[in-house]
Amino acid sequence: MVNKEHLLDLMAEIMDPEIPAINIVELGIVRGIEDSTPPNIVITPTYVGCPATDMIGEMIREKLDAAGYDDVGIKNQLSPAWTTEWITEPAHEKLRVYGIDPPGAHTPTCPRCGSANTKLISEFGSTPCKAFHACKDCLEPFDRFKCH
Amino acid sequence: MSVAEKYIGAKQPSKPETIYMLRLADNALILGQRLSEMCGHGPEMELDMAMTNMSLDLIGQAKLLFEHILTLEDLAPNIDVLAMTRPLEQYTNCLLVAQPNVDFAHIMLRQYLFSTMQKLQYEALLESNDITLAAIAEKSLKEIAYHIRFAKSWVLRLGDGTEESRSRMVDALDCLWRFTGEMFAQDAGLMAMVKTGLTANFTLTYKNWRLEITHILSEAGDLSPPDTARMIMGGHQGRHDENLGHILTDMQFMQLSYPGLKW
Repeated sequence: MVNKEHLLDLMAEIMDPEIPAINIVELGIVRGIEDSTPPNIVITPTYVGCPATDMIGEMIREKLDAAGYDDVGIKNQLSPAWTTEWITEPAHEKLRVYGIDPPGAHTPTCPRCGSANTKLISEFGSTPCKAFHACKDCLEPFDRFKCH
Repeated sequence: MSVAEKYIGAKQPSKPETIYMLRLADNALILGQRLSEMCGHGPEMELDMAMTNMSLDLIGQAKLLFEHILTLEDLAPNIDVLAMTRPLEQYTNCLLVAQPNVDFAHIMLRQYLFSTMQKLQYEALLESNDITLAAIAEKSLKEIAYHIRFAKSWVLRLGDGTEESRSRMVDALDCLWRFTGEMFAQDAGLMAMVKTGLTANFTLTYKNWRLEITHILSEAGDLSPPDTARMIMGGHQGRHDENLGHILTDMQFMQLSYPGLKW
C-alpha cells in the first residue's frame, strides 16, 4: 500500500527548475495521487510549450526511483487547465523574496522596494509564465507571475 | 525496413477526425516555426522574447495535437516523424501562417488575424465529443488570449503611429488579407466534423470576427480591409505557395539528413 502523504512529501522536495525558490507542489503542477494500481502522480503543465515540463517529469521519475517507488507512474493531465490560483499562499511570499512579484489581483509591485509605481516592459518575460516589469522608484527591472 | 524508411514520411491520415486535427496541428507548428525565425532578430529584446514565447506556445500546442493524433491513428513511429518529415503537399495548414516575416508589421498583423480566428476555432472545440481535444483547446485558449492582446496592441500602435509605420501596416494588410477567407471556409473536412460533434461550426462567427477586425483597423490609423477580388485558398488541401517550401527546407533539414535522430 502506497503512502500518499509520503509521496506528496517527496514531490515537495522537487524544486521548479526555472524558479528554484518554490517546489512543484506549491506551484500547483502536482495535482494529486491517482488511486490506481500502481498509483500515478498526476501532473499538469503550466504552459503547453514550457520546456520545464519534460524536465519536471524526469526529476519526478528520478525522485520516485531513488525512494524505491519504481512502480509509481506519472500521468499528464491537461484539464482543468493550470491556473496561477493554484500557487499556494506561502509560495507567494517565497516568490517575492526570490525577486518575482507573485500573481494576484494586486497592482504590480516591485518585489525589491515594495513600490507600486511600476511599468510593464513586456507581456512576455524570461519564462512563459512571467511578464517583465520595471520599478519607477528603485529603477530595478523585475519579473511578475502572469495571472493565468 | 531501413532506418530511412522507418523514420521518413508518415502515412496520410484516413480518418476524418485525424485529418481535421492535423490541420490544427500544422497551423500551430508552421506559425510556431515562422515565429522562431525571429529568435535573435527582434527589433528589441522584449519583442524578441515575445515572438519566441508565442512560438513556444504554438509548438507546444502542435506537440499535444500530434501526440493525440497518433493515439487515434498509427501514422508514424513518433510525433517528430509526423511533424517533421512529410512531403510538402501533406501539410494542411492554412496559407496565412506560412507567409514570410517581411517586417514587424507583417508579423504582428499575421499574428492578430490568425490568433483571433484560432480563438474562435478552439472555443468551438470546448464542447467536443473528444475530451482530449477539448482539454487541449481549453489549455491553449489561455495562451491565445495573450497572443491576441500582444498582436492587437502592435496593430494599433503601428497603424496609428508614424507615416512610415502606417504605410507598412497598409502593405501588410494588402499582402495578408487575401488569406483570411480560407480560415473561415466551410469546407467538407470541417463540416464532416461538425456533424459528428467533434467541433462546433466556428465559421458561423465570421461576421462578428470581421466586424471586430474592421473596428480595430479603423482605430489603427483609420485602416480598413482592402477590397480583395478573391480569397486565396488551398492550404487545407495541401496546395501551398512557395513560402511553405522555404520553411520546410529549413525545418526538415536535420530529420531528413539524419533519420530518427534524437537530441
